[in-house]
Amino acid sequence: MAATDGFSASGSDFRTRLQNWLPKIVLAPSFAIMVIFVYGFIAFTIYLSFTDSRMLPSYEWVGWQNYDRLFRIRQWDTSVVNLAIFASLYIVISTIIGLMLAIFLDQKIRGEGVLRPIFLYPMALSFIVTGTAWKWMLDPAIGLEATMRLWGWESFSFGWIKDGDMAIYTIVIAAVWQSSGFVMAMFLAGLRGIDNEILKAAQMDGASNWNLYRRIILPQLRPAFLSAFVILSHLAIKSYDLVVAMTDGGPGTSTWMPAVFMYEYTFTRNQMGIGASSAVIMLMTIAAIMVPYLYAELREKK
Amino acid sequence: MTMLKKLHMTAAVLALSTTTVAAQEVEVLHWWTSGGEAAAVGTLRDALSDGGVGWVDMPVAGGGGSDAMTVLRARVTAGDPPTAVQMLGFSIQDWAAEGALANLNDLAAEQGWADVVPEALQRFSTYEGNWVAAPVNVHSTNWVWANTALMEELGVEQPGSWDEFVSAMQAAQDAGYTALAHGGQAWQDATVFESMVMGVGGPEFYQASMVDLDPEALGSDMMVEAFQRMETLRGFVDDNFSGRDWNLASAMVINGDALFQIMGDWAKGEFVNAGLTAGEEFTCFRVPGTQDTVTFNSDQFAMFNVSDPAAQEAQTAMASAVMSPEFQITFNLVKGSVPARTDVSADQFDMCGQMGMEQLAEAAAGGTLFGSMAHGHANTPSVQNAMYDVITAHFNGEYDAETAAAELVTAVEIAQ
Amino acid sequence: MAVASTENAVRSSSVARAFVYLFLLLFALFYLLPFGIMLINSLKPLEEITGGGMVALPQNWTIEPWLSAWSTAQIGVQPTGLRPYFINSIMMAVPAVILSTVVGALNGYVLTKWRFRGDTLIFGLLLFSCFIPFQIVLIPMARVLGILQIAGTTPGLILVHFVYGIGFTTLYFRNYYAAFPTELVRAAQIDGAGFFQIFWRIMLPSSGPIIAVSFIWQFTNIWNDFLFGASFASGGSAPMTVALNNLVNSSTGVREYNVHFAGAIMAAAPTLLVYIVAGRYFVRGLMAGSVKG
Repeated sequence: MAATDGFSASGSDFRTRLQNWLPKIVLAPSFAIMVIFVYGFIAFTIYLSFTDSRMLPSYEWVGWQNYDRLFRIRQWDTSVVNLAIFASLYIVISTIIGLMLAIFLDQKIRGEGVLRPIFLYPMALSFIVTGTAWKWMLDPAIGLEATMRLWGWESFSFGWIKDGDMAIYTIVIAAVWQSSGFVMAMFLAGLRGIDNEILKAAQMDGASNWNLYRRIILPQLRPAFLSAFVILSHLAIKSYDLVVAMTDGGPGTSTWMPAVFMYEYTFTRNQMGIGASSAVIMLMTIAAIMVPYLYAELREKK
Repeated sequence: MTMLKKLHMTAAVLALSTTTVAAQEVEVLHWWTSGGEAAAVGTLRDALSDGGVGWVDMPVAGGGGSDAMTVLRARVTAGDPPTAVQMLGFSIQDWAAEGALANLNDLAAEQGWADVVPEALQRFSTYEGNWVAAPVNVHSTNWVWANTALMEELGVEQPGSWDEFVSAMQAAQDAGYTALAHGGQAWQDATVFESMVMGVGGPEFYQASMVDLDPEALGSDMMVEAFQRMETLRGFVDDNFSGRDWNLASAMVINGDALFQIMGDWAKGEFVNAGLTAGEEFTCFRVPGTQDTVTFNSDQFAMFNVSDPAAQEAQTAMASAVMSPEFQITFNLVKGSVPARTDVSADQFDMCGQMGMEQLAEAAAGGTLFGSMAHGHANTPSVQNAMYDVITAHFNGEYDAETAAAELVTAVEIAQ
Repeated sequence: MAVASTENAVRSSSVARAFVYLFLLLFALFYLLPFGIMLINSLKPLEEITGGGMVALPQNWTIEPWLSAWSTAQIGVQPTGLRPYFINSIMMAVPAVILSTVVGALNGYVLTKWRFRGDTLIFGLLLFSCFIPFQIVLIPMARVLGILQIAGTTPGLILVHFVYGIGFTTLYFRNYYAAFPTELVRAAQIDGAGFFQIFWRIMLPSSGPIIAVSFIWQFTNIWNDFLFGASFASGGSAPMTVALNNLVNSSTGVREYNVHFAGAIMAAAPTLLVYIVAGRYFVRGLMAGSVKG
């Protein structure tokens, strides 16, 4: 990682030396804050995961006991399986919808200025708010089902949110609603950045629209795909508010996710050690996705 | 324990008094945020302000107090605990074990708390013989709330046994009503479940399985039967029960859509607020099979260590106000529960309230007063929540009764 | 820096265009639906919600729920409505957003124009901080706030949001400034301009779009945060989201759903406003660097 010094020092007087040190001085507070508040806290959590901490941190070392217990808790399995289902559907569907909206919106659409904020606004709302709204809409007794029946479609039935096997998919719906507009914005930005000359040249050569997108445009959107993937996957792993607001983990424990598990065990159940060990597993998962991405991303930019 | 002591020492050494509460003020963390409950707490605030003690309100709603407990942890870790915190059962013991609670012995001795508060409650209000919390009320959890008009219409008598209870519900279901109003939330499932355990196995079994956590009792045939009764009840619940709040379930009984609800006595507040009178439009009776026993939980104000003398004075004033017979009556009339003091007059309470006070006193004397598992008075929060998981998963059809009993053994073992 | 293409080279037939419009309109409906329902129900008397469906339009329009949510609804023991908490949120969000944006801009400037050995590693470490689950920091953070004597106060909350916002703002500004011609900076330096002069005179004037992105992102996240707000600033300094939760999640009593919906919209209003006013800069700002590889 041979970073080049932006400027060569031309003099040795105080002002120049200060100028040379200024950038590092400016960056230093952020660096210090990060070391303490992020990596220090992570180290603390890793340490806690090997202790018998219950209600407050304790420093009794218990080795791998918390991890051993964690993997025997059924709700942890449920949480991990749910996360796998949720994350894959959420990422794929949000990306597809976001991409399609972006491509369609990029067709010199009249009213783009009106549509774009409509697609984007869910990002502005708190999960606490939208989760509640979705809970209402999907509730068979008062929401969509009741309305359809009121309008005469008697056999209409949509009770997923009350069904342990299907409830996780309702969370996918709400989450996709929340973030697909943001994905759209990223793709739109990517599309607008593509050089039109290349497209024109390809069209001269008789490329069809389909081929144009498949061979030229989509490959150029690779960075946007990557950014979308990273942002969506970390949102998926961290999802907590939405689950709590929509189903509170229910019916039963069927919509638990690792972030819910961690909060529950750390703060409700006074089993901070197990909570910390689940946090460490989550962190490692995030690191497994993020580190290769960051590495590739930053190397490229050097 | 060590952590907290270290915190205190550090705080002392650095002379960091982070207490934001000014002189003669109490800061109270609670989750009584709904209309009736907030009004009940309001009476305490008024009583204190008459005595010149200010009230700094710190409500954190949601999660049956779990969010409030998270906040509390942050505050205590920061070395800045609130003056008093609404708290349940074993949490008080846990905080006392961390050395975070104040000592109320002087006040308790002066006012003779030990003579008027039932032993079973003192088990939670005291830690190693020292008073650390002031009990506000006693709720009992093994009640059935019933719509009397509907009972009459269906020709149903007040059931005295499990079989009669089932046939009454069958009658309601056959007539097109919802037999049992229930909300599918873990704590509600558990509230019903503890009555099933008590009903199937009686006090000894309840003690062995829910309090002593004996693996044999937890995995026994009686436990399987308790789970089977849950399955029977599941058949009488409407399809839309999942996630419903308990007060909406009460509303179903109030409106005559449902016959029974199994719920603690806080449900009474809903009936009363709807303009119904106990013994007339609605009635209450113990869950069939648990008649001679009472499972209880008790809201208490745990008093935290505050260093400032003025704050300590305010804290003492608050504890004294909480324990005063006047407040105990006013508060519990609003809240639907019964006073934690057994020496206050029952005159102002309605039929269900009087029945509750009487049965509480009997159970306390006869040794059949047990802490509620569903409300953190039978075992620690980690065990309690581990039980929740199994009960709610079973009630939602994830396990059959045998598997559930086996899971219960494992879950409790991991949680200990 | 790319400039928005005013011309798209892809041609399409009119049938296809009709389909495109239909698709977009359907999705617009899908996106509007939840908010529309919240709005409708906030303008109904309670009986209409509990008695009828929630999708029907109000028969009797009323703004009573809004007034109640704003100034008289019971939050805890006090019937104050959401107003004081709204002010708390403003007092918290504005300084935190400004601070984290300023620091992010300076970091981005250093990391792209004043590079030194190991800067990429520092950036990587900063960036990773965006992705940690915030629950794990609650307990140690509480301890730190206690030591700093700002536990349970608005300044404490500002610090927390500032700390965990730096990663994102640095990311945005760094990617944006990476596309900024370094020659200009170098030329200015030869002319004798110093570190801050260059930042102030050359970088900042062209940073509009990315400031907008950073501002929108930070404001949205900070305003909508519940976890930190609930843990570190409850009581009198609680932010809007915590008060809203106290209003909506009360455990007993009659649920005034219309008031809850009005409160929810109020809680969402500032961020919505920001999106509507500054939203068009968002795509422009994203385009200008932050999603480029």
